[in-house]
Amino acid sequence: MPRREATPAPADAAAAAPEPDVDLSRVAELVAEIDPRGNLIALLQRTQDAYGYLPEPVVDEIARLSGIPASRLYGIITFYAQFTTVPTGRHKCFVCHGTACHVAGATRITEALEQELLVADGETRADREVGLDSVACMGACSQAPVMRIDEETYGNLSADETRKIARKLLAQIVAEQGGGSDA
Amino acid sequence: MPEATVPAEGVRVGVAAGADGRRRVSVCAGTACVFAGSMKIHEAFAAEIAAAGLQDQVEVSIIGCHGLCSQGPLAVVSDGDTYYPRLKLKDVKTVVEEHLLGGQVVDGLLYVDPATGERIACAHDIPFYKAQTRIALRDVGVIDPESLDEYLARGGYEAARKALTTMTPEQIRAEILDSGLRGRGGAGFPTGMKWKFAAASPGDVKYIICNGDEGDPGAFMDASIMDGDPHAVLEGMLIGSYAIGAHEGYIYVRAEYPLAVKRLRLAIAAAEERGLLGDDALGSGWSFHLKIKEGAGAFVCGEETALIASIEGKRGMPRTRPPFPAASGLWGKPTNINNVETWANVPWIVANGAAAYAAYGNDTCKGTKAFSLAGKIVNGGLAEVPMGSTLRHVIFDVGGGIKDGKKFKAVQLGGPSGGCVPASLLDTPVDYESLAATGAIVGSGGMVVADETTCMVDLAKYFLQFTQNESCGKCVPCRLGTKRMLEILERITAGEGEEGDVERLESMAVNIKRTSLCGLGQTAPNPVLTTIRYFRDEYLAHIDDRRCPALSCEALIAYTIDPDACTGCTLCAKKCPVDAATGEKKRPHIIDQGLCIRCDACRVACKFDAVKIVSGPEEIAAAVRTQRT
Repeated sequence: MPRREATPAPADAAAAAPEPDVDLSRVAELVAEIDPRGNLIALLQRTQDAYGYLPEPVVDEIARLSGIPASRLYGIITFYAQFTTVPTGRHKCFVCHGTACHVAGATRITEALEQELLVADGETRADREVGLDSVACMGACSQAPVMRIDEETYGNLSADETRKIARKLLAQIVAEQGGGSDA
Repeated sequence: MPEATVPAEGVRVGVAAGADGRRRVSVCAGTACVFAGSMKIHEAFAAEIAAAGLQDQVEVSIIGCHGLCSQGPLAVVSDGDTYYPRLKLKDVKTVVEEHLLGGQVVDGLLYVDPATGERIACAHDIPFYKAQTRIALRDVGVIDPESLDEYLARGGYEAARKALTTMTPEQIRAEILDSGLRGRGGAGFPTGMKWKFAAASPGDVKYIICNGDEGDPGAFMDASIMDGDPHAVLEGMLIGSYAIGAHEGYIYVRAEYPLAVKRLRLAIAAAEERGLLGDDALGSGWSFHLKIKEGAGAFVCGEETALIASIEGKRGMPRTRPPFPAASGLWGKPTNINNVETWANVPWIVANGAAAYAAYGNDTCKGTKAFSLAGKIVNGGLAEVPMGSTLRHVIFDVGGGIKDGKKFKAVQLGGPSGGCVPASLLDTPVDYESLAATGAIVGSGGMVVADETTCMVDLAKYFLQFTQNESCGKCVPCRLGTKRMLEILERITAGEGEEGDVERLESMAVNIKRTSLCGLGQTAPNPVLTTIRYFRDEYLAHIDDRRCPALSCEALIAYTIDPDACTGCTLCAKKCPVDAATGEKKRPHIIDQGLCIRCDACRVACKFDAVKIVSGPEEIAAAVRTQRT
C-alpha cells in the first residue's frame, strides 16, 4: 500500500505480542467442519474470524489436526494480505488508497489519523484499542477519499474532518474505558 | 462516436415497479452510495412511508449501483422514474409528503444538469444515462439484487432455458463466437474460442470459473455486477457450463467485496431452491453446481493460473503456460475462466442473438464495455458504452467532463497494468487494439481521470508502489526490478532525481516487461512508460528544476500566504494542526516553513484564496519573502 514514513507513535509491535492463553477447542470444531484439503484458505479465514487473528498455538493446532506442515500454513498466511498473526485493534480504521482516493488525497487522510490516533499505518496501538491500515480499493471511488472505522463508512473526507472523526473515536475509547463497559 | 456504432437506445435504466403493482422507492445500495449514507436514507424512507400510512401502496427497496455514484445517496421513485440525487435525511420527508402523498414531483430536489442548469426529473433524460448502452449492466440498478423474482420478471433464466432445452453446446459456442464477445477482464481473448478449447479438451470432469478478483484500484464494474445483478453471472455460467461440458463451477470473489459474496450466496441458494441450478437445472436434465471461493487479499490472484492455485488452497502464484487452463487447470482438469462482465453478457447474447450483440461496436471489437469513471470527473460512476466509442465520448458526454472547471490532463486506463492517455489522444476509440497502440490498455475497465493538479510522476509512483507490493516474488525482474524502479521514482518525487534517471527507468521497464512470467510483471512498468512517453517534461522538471508542475509532490512545494489577499480571518491558524499558520486578527497571516507539514488544511479552509502553493527553489524563496504580517 502507498504508505509514507510512519509518524513516530508509541505503538510497539513487540508490545502487541500474542496472548499466551488461547482456547484451542474451537480449532478442532473448525477443522471438523471445513476439510483442510482443498479448503485451506477458507479454514484459515474462518479461524481468523473466530480468534480475531491467527495466534501461533492455533496454527500449530491446525497443523497437528490436519497433518499439513505448519510451514505450509505459514506460506499461505504470509502470502495473503488478509491474514494476520498479531492481534488487531479493538477499533479498526481502514483508509482507502485506491487510485481515485490517492488522487483525492488519501495520503493526507492516513497522515491525519496517524497523528491523531498515535498509531502508525499498518500497525496496532500497544494498548490494542486502535489499529490503522490501508486498503487497495473499497469501490466507492466517487466518494473519494473514503475510510471505514469499524462498521461506519465516511466519504468525501478532508484532513480536517478526519481529525474530528479521530478525536471523536478517542473520546469514545476514553468513555468506554472509564465506564468499564470494555468487555 | 464512430459511425460503426449503433446509437444507444432500448437498453435503458429504469427501476422495476413493485411485483404487485405497488409504487416503489428504490434506494441505491451500491458501494459508493452506501459510503454516502444511503442505508440511513433507506431506513428513513421506510419510517416516513409508514408514518404517512402509505406502506400498503408504496414499497421501499434497494437496488444495486444505479451508476451515477457522484450523485449519491440517491433514490428513484417508480412513477416516471423520478430521480432524486444527493438526498439528505430531511429531504426524505419532503419526498414522501409532496411526491408520494401529494403526487407532485419535488422540483427543488431534482437533478440539475451542470451543463445547462436545467432540472431533470426522469432518470432516462439525464445525459449521463442517455449516452450509455447497457447490456452487461442491463439489470444493475434496476432490480432488487436480493430478489430472484425480480430477475425472473425481467426475463431472467429464459436465455438459460433456451440454451439448455433448445440448443446444442456447439450451437451455443458458435453463437458466442459469432457475437464477437472478447474477454472483458482486459486481455480481450475471444470468449467463444476459449470455450471451444475447453470443450475440446479430453476428460469427463471439467470446471468453469468466474474471475471476480477485481483488483485494480479504481475499478468497480465487476463488484457492481456481482452485488447488483448476481443472477446474470449465475445464468451466464449455467449456459457456459452446458456449452463447455462442466458440471462444477466456482466464483472467485475478492476479499474486499463482502457485499458481493453475500448477494451471490443468496442468489445461488434461491436459484437452487427453484431448480434453476443444481441437478436437473431448469428441468433440462443438465446438472451444474456452483460454489463461491473468497479471495484473501492478493492482487496477483486475478491472473488465471494464480487464481486456480488459490482455489486449490495454495499460495496464489502464477505458473508457466502452456499447459493452458483449458487443457490442465483446476486440480489438473480442463478449466475455463471468464471474467464477471464476460459471463454477464452471455445470457443477453443467447437471448437476443449474436447479430444483435455484434451490431454494437466497431470492426475489431463488438458489443459494449462497462467502465468505472473516477478521479477528477463530474459524473463519477458506472457506465457502459459500445466498444469503439471514443475516450472523449466516455469522459465528456457520459462523464460530463472535468470537475471544478479544471483542465483535462490524462486518463489512466486499466489501473496498475495500464497506462495513461493524454488530451491529444482523446479521440482514440475504446477498443483493445486502438488503446494498446497508445501504450494503455482497456483492462478491466477502470478509468481514472487526472486534471492539472495531478502529478503524473506521483501517479506512476503510486501504481508502481502497488504492483511492487503485490508482486508474488516468483520472478526476480518483477520482485526486484519494480523495487529498484520505485526507489528511483521516490527519489525523483523527493527532489533528489539525478540526470539519467528517466533513461534508467525506461531501460529497466523494458527488461521487466520482457522477462516476467505473468501479466503482473509484464504490465507493471506500463504506467511509468506511458507517463514518460507523454509527460517527459514533467519528469525533467522534477529532476532538473526540483519543481513539481502539478504542485503536488510535497517535498517540492511550499504553502505561503498572499498578504494582499489575506483578510486576517484566522481560520487557517485555527485549522493548522501544527500551528505553522499564525498571525493577528485582521492582519495578514504567515506560514512558518519549518513547521508546515503541507497537509493542505489551510488552503482548503481559506475563503479568500490567499493560501498559495508554489514549487521550485526560487519560486518558494520569492513567495516566502512576500509573506508579511
